[in-house]
Amino acid sequence: MAIWLTENSKITVQGITGGEGSKHARRMVKAGTNVVSGVNARKAGTDLDGIPVLGSVKEAMDTTGADVSVVFVPPAFVKDAVLEAIDAHMPLIVVITEGIPVHDSTEFYAHSLKVGKSRIIGPNCPGIASPGKSNAGIIPADITPGGRIGLVSKSGTLTYQMMYELRDFGFSTCVGIGGDPVIGTTHIDALDAFEADPETDAIVMIGEIGGDAEERAAAHVDEHITKPVVGYVAGFTAPEGKTMGHAGAIISGSSGTAQAKKEALEKAGVRVGKTPSETAQLMKEIMRNR
Amino acid sequence: MDLFEHQAKEIFAQYGVPVPTGKVATTPDEARAIAQGLGGRVVVKAQVKAGGRGKAGGVKVADDAADAEAKAKAILGMDIKGHTVHKVLVENASAIAEEYYASFLLDRANRTFLAMCSSEGGMEIEEVAATKPEMLARVPIDPLVGVDLALARSIAEQGHLPAAALDGAAELLEKLWKVFVGEDSTLVEVNPLILTADGKVVALDGKVSLDENAGFRHESHAALEDKSAVDPLEQLAKEKDLNYVKLEGSVGIIGNGAGLVMSTLDVVTYAGEEFGGQKPANFLDIGGGASAQVMADGLSIILGDPDVKSVFVNIFGGITSCDAVANGIVQALALLGGSATKPLVVRLDGNNVVEGRRILDEAGLPVVHLEDTMDGAARKAAELASIAV
Repeated sequence: MAIWLTENSKITVQGITGGEGSKHARRMVKAGTNVVSGVNARKAGTDLDGIPVLGSVKEAMDTTGADVSVVFVPPAFVKDAVLEAIDAHMPLIVVITEGIPVHDSTEFYAHSLKVGKSRIIGPNCPGIASPGKSNAGIIPADITPGGRIGLVSKSGTLTYQMMYELRDFGFSTCVGIGGDPVIGTTHIDALDAFEADPETDAIVMIGEIGGDAEERAAAHVDEHITKPVVGYVAGFTAPEGKTMGHAGAIISGSSGTAQAKKEALEKAGVRVGKTPSETAQLMKEIMRNR
Repeated sequence: MDLFEHQAKEIFAQYGVPVPTGKVATTPDEARAIAQGLGGRVVVKAQVKAGGRGKAGGVKVADDAADAEAKAKAILGMDIKGHTVHKVLVENASAIAEEYYASFLLDRANRTFLAMCSSEGGMEIEEVAATKPEMLARVPIDPLVGVDLALARSIAEQGHLPAAALDGAAELLEKLWKVFVGEDSTLVEVNPLILTADGKVVALDGKVSLDENAGFRHESHAALEDKSAVDPLEQLAKEKDLNYVKLEGSVGIIGNGAGLVMSTLDVVTYAGEEFGGQKPANFLDIGGGASAQVMADGLSIILGDPDVKSVFVNIFGGITSCDAVANGIVQALALLGGSATKPLVVRLDGNNVVEGRRILDEAGLPVVHLEDTMDGAARKAAELASIAV
């Protein structure tokens, strides 16, 4: 089954005619993803390798049956692109673009809640991949085959690293939720979906400094998740007050530290690795002892 | 990006938020001239991006222009929590009747905006939140609706502001919200917000944090950056569009992806414990597309840091394959020529890793040490840093 993205998903790409959009649309197709269309109002009527470019998200849904939109448009245009997808009732909107003003993401997230028809993943994320089935975003498709581990992560490359370390077991779905201060899908959303997914046996959760999403996720695991969860948190040695690459990765005063997140997770029964490889090792033990 | 008080107040004034009249001085002479122009009693305030200025002696009242010069002389050059005072704000002294608190901010946890208001102002708001939480109103703001005059008044009422201050506070808060939205701020804070003896509500202090991601629609924001406080290597990296943070150790770090680089800092620190406490010298994320030029830019910044004794290049080939990264390293070292003498520990994994390792092996670069795992490479880099002279 996988979560949110399956072999039946039909994908449209907002910004398919741009450099990143076209490159990754082609990669998605190569990975076996059903990319049914792209959207760019100014280039409607053209195509990318036979994939039709349409004038609006609504048209992509009506004429090509798209139920997932992957957004690659530049930062200044993301808000309007996402609002359009929300108003078209696109079920899943994956926002890859990095560098979006937080006022814009806060606004489109609020709008998505109001309309109530869309899940947003990201922004500033690598997307979502259900290996062997479908790939919506920029996660390399060839790292791992399908399997029964679920993965949710704030970080792109750490996602790839973990997929690589656990490639002998494989993954049901890997979700990169992004490192921005305001994101559409949280660790908690993914944990719930993996808990409900019969094809997922165990969950890896990767976090990093900043905010309190990991602490909230820990409390959620404690109360609602019965499947085994292992965790990893990056940024134990990050200094206070400095943004570490991701806009949301900043320790403010004493809040948002990796240590506090690790402690909260361990208190909830999550085994937390000190390094990515140790974390993978913890998951291997769980998968071998099933 | 956090602004100085005087910058925040200049923005407040543009939006019609009442602030005391004043100007910035960098010398005692200038402070005297400003005080002369203002007339009467003035306040001389250290401009530093740190709290607790008053307690540290960075805010002083001066009776006249000569006194302002003397007070400025005492404050300029002062060290406040590690920040040297390079400028002072000289402004008209206000007759304070009461002190309140007000702010708008991004509420990460609830993914929305938040207004905070309290009749308990002039002290650290964390203290009010801890000791008198019932006096601190926390009002969620719908980003799609915003704050009008009626909501602004309600916020002030919920913050227990007295009737005499409500009209003025409501007007000020409505304008402050416009600053918050109009300038793409993640925080606008007024502490204290004062009621003057003649019944006016004024922002006596101001704190603003701006969202750097929104810089593309605010040309004026670039000029607000305090270049004097930026580490020169960080400045250089910024000019090259690299995501770099200077740290205090000796192992230079380059990686792709913010999470992986943060993780690399941790792994190097753990490994360094074995080698006399070697630590990372920096954070540097060269992003997904690690071209030869980006690799060369990154390497040249790290090798230009005298604190760096060894370098750890930690790459997971995802979008960019390892052979491209390996070629990037070879070309970067060729570009840098004889200046690249520090040992370079390289760990490549992921897409096309066999080819990537072959390219590095065949290049036969004496400074390059190829390692198989992230943990092993961290250990090697820490060891090499510990034995370097």
